[in-house]
Amino acid sequence: MSKEKLKANIWAFVVTAILARLITLGSGNLDRFDAALVPYTFATLFAVFGITRRYALWLHRPPTAMYWTRGWKVFLLLLHPRHVGSNAILFLRRLIAHYAFNDFIWRRGRMRWLAHWCIMWGCVIAVAITIPLVCGWIDFRSEADNLEWYRVLVFGYPTVAFPIRSLVGFLTFHGLVWSSFLVIFGVLLALRRRLSDHGAAALQQFGEDLLPLFLLFAISVTGLMLTASYTWMKGYGYDFLAILHAITVIFTLLWLPFGKFFHIFQRSATVGVAFYQDVGKQGEQAKCRRCGNEFASRMHVEDLITVEKQLGYRYEMPDSPVEHYQWICPRCRRALLGLAQGVLWNESQAQG
Amino acid sequence: MFLLDQNEFFIDPARCIGCQACVQACSECDTHKGHAMIHLEYVDRGQSTQTVPVVCMHCESPTCAEVCPADAIKKTEDGVVQSARKPRCVACNNCVLACPFGVPKMITDFELMMKCDLCYDRTSAGKKPMCATVCPSGALFYGPRPEIDQLRPRSKPMNQFQFGRQTITTKVHMMAPTGPVKAQYLDVTEVMNENGPRQRIALDILSNLYASEDGV
Repeated sequence: MSKEKLKANIWAFVVTAILARLITLGSGNLDRFDAALVPYTFATLFAVFGITRRYALWLHRPPTAMYWTRGWKVFLLLLHPRHVGSNAILFLRRLIAHYAFNDFIWRRGRMRWLAHWCIMWGCVIAVAITIPLVCGWIDFRSEADNLEWYRVLVFGYPTVAFPIRSLVGFLTFHGLVWSSFLVIFGVLLALRRRLSDHGAAALQQFGEDLLPLFLLFAISVTGLMLTASYTWMKGYGYDFLAILHAITVIFTLLWLPFGKFFHIFQRSATVGVAFYQDVGKQGEQAKCRRCGNEFASRMHVEDLITVEKQLGYRYEMPDSPVEHYQWICPRCRRALLGLAQGVLWNESQAQG
Repeated sequence: MFLLDQNEFFIDPARCIGCQACVQACSECDTHKGHAMIHLEYVDRGQSTQTVPVVCMHCESPTCAEVCPADAIKKTEDGVVQSARKPRCVACNNCVLACPFGVPKMITDFELMMKCDLCYDRTSAGKKPMCATVCPSGALFYGPRPEIDQLRPRSKPMNQFQFGRQTITTKVHMMAPTGPVKAQYLDVTEVMNENGPRQRIALDILSNLYASEDGV
């Protein structure tokens, strides 16, 4: 096993162990743990192991490692007392625009945005409800003096109470129903695009693009069928549906570290990248060593040179004042391609 | 009728007349609707009318994909380097700056890198890329090798490019002269100090024309 994989395994083991300990702590040594949810709990633990392992391996890639290191340095710069207030506001603004509203997807296309926004918020609500339940961190107990009231226990500590037969109770206990509606609507919109758009059809892959949609659809529909079974059908087929639902959820949890779902964890890098670019703009700029125009931040170009060397590329130009091809702007690179071919033809004609 | 995998892309900047037809056609492609991914670059606008069409060369070992921190750029089994995968791209600009041919474009509004993907919706179905379909001068040619050999007996396709100490091999070929020049690769960085061919356009060309007519 390579050093990187060993490190990634250790990280994955440590994070999974921390979660396992949090489960025993939060559920009062499994006292408040719902035994019916055991398969989900183990699937969650496996998913956390897989996600952490893949994340650690991803961070080890030279370009990712460079951004990871630079990102933390930039973060420390942002904490400078003179700028910390404005940076915190900018950070929050970006966080809300990017993650809560998906503004960049809105600009890519309205229907694409609607599909993603519904799927995302449906999943966020569902995860926020189920993970604390699956880990035994949240529990509902009847009040001792009034069985019509539930009190919410978080990590065993009593918090708010509400009447079971109330609007709050109805909305709370049907949280997964609302999230299912959002997910199903979003998935149908996404599938419609994937089935009708020539460009998407040419590029999409089953495991990467379609399977996640099918899985989310299957979870939502089987979940709704469970609700329908116990609400209107006196529990008809409930056991079968419960197993079917568990299979879809567990498969999805185990699939999280692979394929498209992993972007949920990767996209955290966008905020760091935005601040990296901000700092770059404020610093010295790189000038093209052919045309003299500024084309990027000097920090970015120097970081890329380091990364390219780590990757084994040899764009160095030791006999030239240019030193490294990375110091040539993209426009000049394109022009050079035409010039180089022209020179070959000139030489050919000169030599007869 | 040639098999699909016998079709290859050949570019010949020396034949480019700068008509922009490729740019217009490129934006019609379904995989990047409304956005032209081809670059039509003036080699030296002040000195020359020479233009060069630049499409993605689809490197065997694509630097853009290697330097991508999000692992967003993938190559298909048939060697086509795709645009950044939308969910993964973090708009860091690494690929734009690292590509030795200067191909990827950062669409800032979308926070997404887009690039020429050989009109994958078309080429994967046996059709020509949009740019090669409309190019009137044959600067962009998509077809089987025997056909281009027959059409261009004085040229040979070349797919190795030198940048400093780095040799890059590509799926797309550039047409180079046959005959006395025996270069195995196109040394791009060797022409760093070259300018476009001196074809300065005299701004008083019309007055000269009229002057000569008057003289007759």
